[in-house]
Amino acid sequence: MIALERREAPHPWAPLAIPLISIASAFAAGAVVLWLAGVNPMAAYADLLGEPFGSGFGIAETLVKATPLILTGLAVLLPARMKLWNIGAEGQLQLGAIGAAWVALFTPIGHSPVAMLGVIVAGMAAGALWALGAGALRAWLNVNETITTLLMNYIALLFVDYLIYGPWKDPASRGFPLSATFPLDARLPIIIPGTRVHLGLVLALVAVVIVTVALSRTRWGLEVRVIGDNPRAARYAGMNLARHTLLVMGIAGGLAGLAGVGEASAIAGRLQRGLSPGYGYTAIIVAWLAKLNPAAVVIVAVLLGGLYLGGDSLQISLGLPIAVVNMLQGLIFFFVLGGEVLAGYQVVIGRRRVEPVSTGSRAAR
Amino acid sequence: MVQPSPTVAMRAITKRFPGVLANDAVDFDLAAGEIHALLGENGAGKSTLMKILYGFYQPDAGEIRLHGTSVRFRSPRDALARGLGMVFQQFMLVPSLSVTENVLLSLPRARLRLDYRDAAARIRGLAARYGMVVEPAARVWQLSVGEQQRVEILKLLALGAEILILDEPTAVLTPQEVRDLFTALRRLAAEGRAVVIITHKLSEVMAVADRVTVLRSGRRVESLRTTATSARALARLMVGREAFDQVQREPVPPGPEVLAVEGLSALNDQGLPALRSVSLAVRGGEIVGVAGVAGNGQRELGEVVAGLRPPTGGRVRINGRDRTRASALEVRNCGVGHVPEDRLGTGVAPNLSVADNLLLNRYRDPEFGRGPLLDRRAMQDEARRLIDEFGIRTAGPAAPVRTLSGGNLQRLILAREIGTHPRLILASHPTRGLDVGATETVHQLLMNQRRAGAAILLLSEDLDEILLLSDRIAVLYAGEVVGIVQTDRVTVETLGLMMTGARAAGAGSGVR
Repeated sequence: MIALERREAPHPWAPLAIPLISIASAFAAGAVVLWLAGVNPMAAYADLLGEPFGSGFGIAETLVKATPLILTGLAVLLPARMKLWNIGAEGQLQLGAIGAAWVALFTPIGHSPVAMLGVIVAGMAAGALWALGAGALRAWLNVNETITTLLMNYIALLFVDYLIYGPWKDPASRGFPLSATFPLDARLPIIIPGTRVHLGLVLALVAVVIVTVALSRTRWGLEVRVIGDNPRAARYAGMNLARHTLLVMGIAGGLAGLAGVGEASAIAGRLQRGLSPGYGYTAIIVAWLAKLNPAAVVIVAVLLGGLYLGGDSLQISLGLPIAVVNMLQGLIFFFVLGGEVLAGYQVVIGRRRVEPVSTGSRAAR
Repeated sequence: MVQPSPTVAMRAITKRFPGVLANDAVDFDLAAGEIHALLGENGAGKSTLMKILYGFYQPDAGEIRLHGTSVRFRSPRDALARGLGMVFQQFMLVPSLSVTENVLLSLPRARLRLDYRDAAARIRGLAARYGMVVEPAARVWQLSVGEQQRVEILKLLALGAEILILDEPTAVLTPQEVRDLFTALRRLAAEGRAVVIITHKLSEVMAVADRVTVLRSGRRVESLRTTATSARALARLMVGREAFDQVQREPVPPGPEVLAVEGLSALNDQGLPALRSVSLAVRGGEIVGVAGVAGNGQRELGEVVAGLRPPTGGRVRINGRDRTRASALEVRNCGVGHVPEDRLGTGVAPNLSVADNLLLNRYRDPEFGRGPLLDRRAMQDEARRLIDEFGIRTAGPAAPVRTLSGGNLQRLILAREIGTHPRLILASHPTRGLDVGATETVHQLLMNQRRAGAAILLLSEDLDEILLLSDRIAVLYAGEVVGIVQTDRVTVETLGLMMTGARAAGAGSGVR
């Protein structure tokens, strides 16, 4: 007889033990799948972890992938602190890239000394406006933002396609769907020579600090936390929920837009398809694994960034599809969320001695 | 009628929550055919003990025997299967479904095809047998709170419950509904069922219970037959000292008119008229009580004045200025403190700290920060000051508010809302669910504010409280003011009648 019983308080080790056990369980479950796919799980995991964290180049590439994950992770985290579910970081990222490309390629700013600043501002603004659409619907008409932000991702991706197949296609690209290359002035600089680690990482870390301080040390952060914890209490205390919804969604969109600026302007150097392998969706996992703690987002983003890189390596060395990495991500998320739920319960095995009278009743279910 | 073997015997039940010993080796016996009151202050461990019996909590130590056999319930489902049911303060009904459907929902192994006619007949039968009139076809949202409670009890009876536990069953009922409930409970007991009522109201214990078990600070103090004790003796056992409400309503010279409500109309959450042309006024140094059964507009009145619900007509003036459509923040800023009806649901952000919650109305003030930044130290200091001044028992300013007991939560809210010496205080059910000691504290605090010249609008369903504190009483029925009477010229019976819609006969002289 095994049964679940509610716990009144989590076990004291739970905050540390549960994520670790969850991730270990995810890898164990993943091993079974890998084995079924005819791959030695140990070899696969050695590749998966060795590639991103085993060399200087690997670590640098991990940071490159962590950069957009930090920013989009924050873009999910901040609204989530107010119980708003921003599933649209992916689309906001794409809009950031579009905004950056527009300034870099189609305005005089692109060739001016302030090009970099212009690219950053335009990308953030475009991402913010995109998110504000969903924010406004939520704030004024109470339209569920989970759905609107998600659906707007598809619009954003198709918009990018339209631009690069259509009006923004580089005539010199011989028919490939690419924009022209950004002028050098409009490209975010590499901060570690010989790698692709760019200024976006610094901006991302600055954003982490700002969000941390804003949430814990400002009047605005207190309001966000009160609204997230109990919107009725917030209204009762005289807070303006609609204004906060707009502001928080706007900031979130701006952060995701900044991630798009980095990918377009520092990594790809142009607007193209596949700027993001789904960073905006992985961001949801980042935010939740970080337990909505902005500082923890950095650690989780680096780990998951490494997983992306290791996944690339798996594809090359073992010929496994990217789906394997997606599966592992999914398993980690699944086990971590499951672990969170189970933390509220304890497993009771046996101890049936005191129920001799349950015959015929449903007590022994 | 002493039973040789009690139906329920709880022995040395101990339950520890983080930082609190909720039950400390408590013994409790329940016999078939009795109404047993479980009496104690908030935090005495009454609800915990009964939730352990009901399988909601697991005891850390101790034994529960049911009909002489040792049992262990993993969940309420196990308890229900053994004929043990509990009605919580928060009803667990589906508002959009009918009474019959709600009862059917709770039955085990509902068949694919539901036999409504049979079920409705059974409900009618049970209802008639115990004098708990309720229409099986009615939707739950249409029912009064008292009727909803009957549905909860009928649900348990339909499940075949032999032991009924009711948590604070009278907290939301009118005097008439309380009488009906007690009649039903007596019939249930007369048929050999066992009934437990959790309460802190002495008069109810004496009125309906056969036996009473008194808990204090998690321990059992005494189990007595009610015939062998008195309300006074029970009060002493409950609080461990002589404590009676000794609030004095001394005359205070009336100040200027602080709140004036004229012809106010508003809708409720369902979009139906909740207030119909309500007019009343409160002067400085005066407490105006608004009496009425739940659902007759008090909540909406409080919310409109507080700026939380837009009126559909009429005017609200505070300190002579029109505040009819002011936002909640604007209302607060003109010197209004608001003790909300639902402490936990509206009054606080439960996972935020005591300090954050204590300053929920003042964190914008310059003394608590510079520019956008908060001054954490100043907030902590002010929180500590309020904690001391109002005697809030908490681990400290950083502790999350959800760790506070009901009475302490109310102290926190009062500290916040009256600590700033507002001109007008809206107090909604300020002592609902509080024990004798905490209630007295709250009453003293309100009286002190009255003496200091504040105008107080007191919304309460507790007539004793209204009569004790108010200078004048307005009775709301179906969203209308049935009458406004001077407290010293009215009786409980008259007020009770007015609460059911009867115009104040003979009280006309008291009308404003």
